[in-house]
Amino acid sequence: MITVNGDPLEHEEGLTVQGILEAKNYKFPLLIAFVNGKLVKREDYRTTVVPDGAVVQITHLMGGG
Amino acid sequence: MAYDYTKRTDLKGDVDKQKQAHKVLKEITFKPALPQRGYNDRTLYVNLTDLTIEERPVTQQMKDKFIGGRGFGLWFLWNATQASTRWNDPENELIIAPGPLAGNTQYPGSGKSLVVTLSPMTDIPIDCNVGGYFGPLMKFCGFDALEIQGKAARDVILVIDGPKGRIAIEEAPLENVDSHVAAEVFTHQYADDEKDLPNVSVVSAGRAADHTRIGCLNFSWYDLRRKATRLKQAGRGGTGTVFRDKKLKALVVHGFPVKGDQNNPADLERIARIGVKMHKELHDFDDSQCHMRRQGTAHLVEIMDAYDLLPVHNFQYGNHPDTPRINSQVWDKRFTQGIPDGCWYGCSMACSKGADEHQVMTGPYRGHSNTVDGPEYETAAGVGANCGIFDPDWLLECNFYCDVYGIDTISFGTLCAFCMECWQRGILNAERTGGLEIKFGSGPAQLELMHQMAEGRGFGLIAGQGVARMKKIFAEKGWGEAQLLNDIGMEVKGLEFSQYMSKESLAQQGGYSLTNKGPQHDEAWLIFMDMVNKQIPTFEDKAEALFYFPIFRTWFGLNGLCKLPWNDIEPADNARTPEPAKVPEHVQNYCELFAGITGREIDRHELLRMSRGVYNFQRVFNLRQGKGQRAHDRPPYRAVGPVTVEEYTSRAERYDKQLKEILGVDPAGKSVEEKMALTREHREAQYEKLMDAVYKRRGWTPNGVPTLETLKEVGMDFPELVAVVEQHL
Repeated sequence: MITVNGDPLEHEEGLTVQGILEAKNYKFPLLIAFVNGKLVKREDYRTTVVPDGAVVQITHLMGGG
Repeated sequence: MAYDYTKRTDLKGDVDKQKQAHKVLKEITFKPALPQRGYNDRTLYVNLTDLTIEERPVTQQMKDKFIGGRGFGLWFLWNATQASTRWNDPENELIIAPGPLAGNTQYPGSGKSLVVTLSPMTDIPIDCNVGGYFGPLMKFCGFDALEIQGKAARDVILVIDGPKGRIAIEEAPLENVDSHVAAEVFTHQYADDEKDLPNVSVVSAGRAADHTRIGCLNFSWYDLRRKATRLKQAGRGGTGTVFRDKKLKALVVHGFPVKGDQNNPADLERIARIGVKMHKELHDFDDSQCHMRRQGTAHLVEIMDAYDLLPVHNFQYGNHPDTPRINSQVWDKRFTQGIPDGCWYGCSMACSKGADEHQVMTGPYRGHSNTVDGPEYETAAGVGANCGIFDPDWLLECNFYCDVYGIDTISFGTLCAFCMECWQRGILNAERTGGLEIKFGSGPAQLELMHQMAEGRGFGLIAGQGVARMKKIFAEKGWGEAQLLNDIGMEVKGLEFSQYMSKESLAQQGGYSLTNKGPQHDEAWLIFMDMVNKQIPTFEDKAEALFYFPIFRTWFGLNGLCKLPWNDIEPADNARTPEPAKVPEHVQNYCELFAGITGREIDRHELLRMSRGVYNFQRVFNLRQGKGQRAHDRPPYRAVGPVTVEEYTSRAERYDKQLKEILGVDPAGKSVEEKMALTREHREAQYEKLMDAVYKRRGWTPNGVPTLETLKEVGMDFPELVAVVEQHL
């Protein structure tokens, strides 16, 4: 199990940041991802594997509006 | 000048003959001048009743306290009106002011005009931030603002002609009032030749502004690539209704060719440097971020749907399976690409997209081929999803006629959706609407409602009064329960909601309802911070956001800037900053832009101080006009939680979970009605606590009144403001 923005999410082997975005249906383009407090660059979303128990923060900035 | 109307309208007409029919009622000469460091220190006052045209000075106090733009507008309006003044009294003013930074061509989004007037919707000041060339061209003729007071006896135009040094009020009996025609005709009447066309801008409202309270203003700009005028809207609150009530057919400014140094900035090189940095950022990142240059704000349609935030069926639901039919990919194809659609020179965000060759299907322009300015997100969501209409042709048709007739697409979308839900629930029927079957999903019915508004007939006359007045009218006629009407009628202070679902974001409920002018998203858009990121969990956190963002965003309107380049594009290292949601690098850009033009160095704290004064001034203005208190800051329950069984049931898992985890109530064995009642009690109580926290953070009393200490702190302790506040302490 991991937490994403405070909510629990089932962990799977090989889960990446991109996988979390897809699982959560996070489609907004202006995102900032932190895994256990460490910033993950956008270009690394597909290759960054998230460990079980991780605390993930996906921050959406405010576009539009 | 001969002109081929088919470029824009398919209409045939004799522009010169129409101009010859003008009768000059009053004209003066003036000496055109360019601003120094962003200010002309001169404004233009016009009274349409007694035909006064006079120049007025800008004082240092005005610049210090009110900055420009919306600030100047509010100050003029305060002085021109009284507590008893209403929108259609002659003393009400319509003010257009661009702001000290407006008109620079270096930084993206710098061509905005601010429109301020007493609103027919709310009876308090409304402010609109609008693109197009009018404000900057007027500024470069020599005026920091235009104040229009009084009412003409017959249809008139006001002409400000810089090259000729002439200002005139002219009767104009023959021209079509509809905006796409009026903008074309007046542009061609007052340009000297083809090359001069971009130096003319027209403000107009269409025929629906004569019969509704939701009339908007169209500000034109001449699109050199299309060789046609384009339109941007001062949409909210009935500015067009006030305009037509004053018997204005058009405002025309004929300015000088635009150059990059006409503000006579203190440091041109400095503003050029930060401008180049922003252009590069847009060039490098827009294609991987928001696609503003290809899709404008319409890129948000499917995003809002994905987060359950796209209003569907009068804000009942947040997504719909047919959304892909109106998503950004559809608009990407409909918009003509490869044309830099900036509504002011130098804006490389260029999001003022246009859909060319729309074949008009209904109404007086049926069969014509037209350019439609948009749709933007708000229009696609409002007249589309919120009304259950997912057909791009009907959306374009509705967008076209909203602009042509001078109707605010946001209010129209929300009030149309309200009517459709009333039909769904049997509150309206064919007998009550005069045969108009105003059902969710019906594009033809939506357009018929609009044509009725434009012609001042049938149910359109009632609907055109807006949601707040419809609720009252329906209840008085015994059409539906007052409680239900109040719950589902999406307005606060008399203004319709813009197009985001706020049910699951307490902070955004405040972002809409704790505003000065009514529920427009330009003060605060906090849904992601609150609902998705969960960055502002406590009341104090939410209150801080509802303190900072409305104040910060006010600053754009004081200076004549567009908000979009602030946060619809992100610098490469924004993620590494301590507060990325504020986009600190861009805030610093604005401080430098202000210093580079005006010569006055500011930092982010001073930037907030400038805005906070005006923001509190506007709150006191509301107070003087009879609003501006706690009772006026409460949203309808539809904005807070599920009103109906269908709404609750559609998201039962979410609501049941909240009952269990937040309230500690086991939903098992409880009826939907019981669960809805518990949810409502909790959510309404939460909103009351939010108001307490926000008022405290803003330095207001528990009734929402700025304290005397706050007025002093923000430099707004003028005796006349103190006198208003003291009545409520």
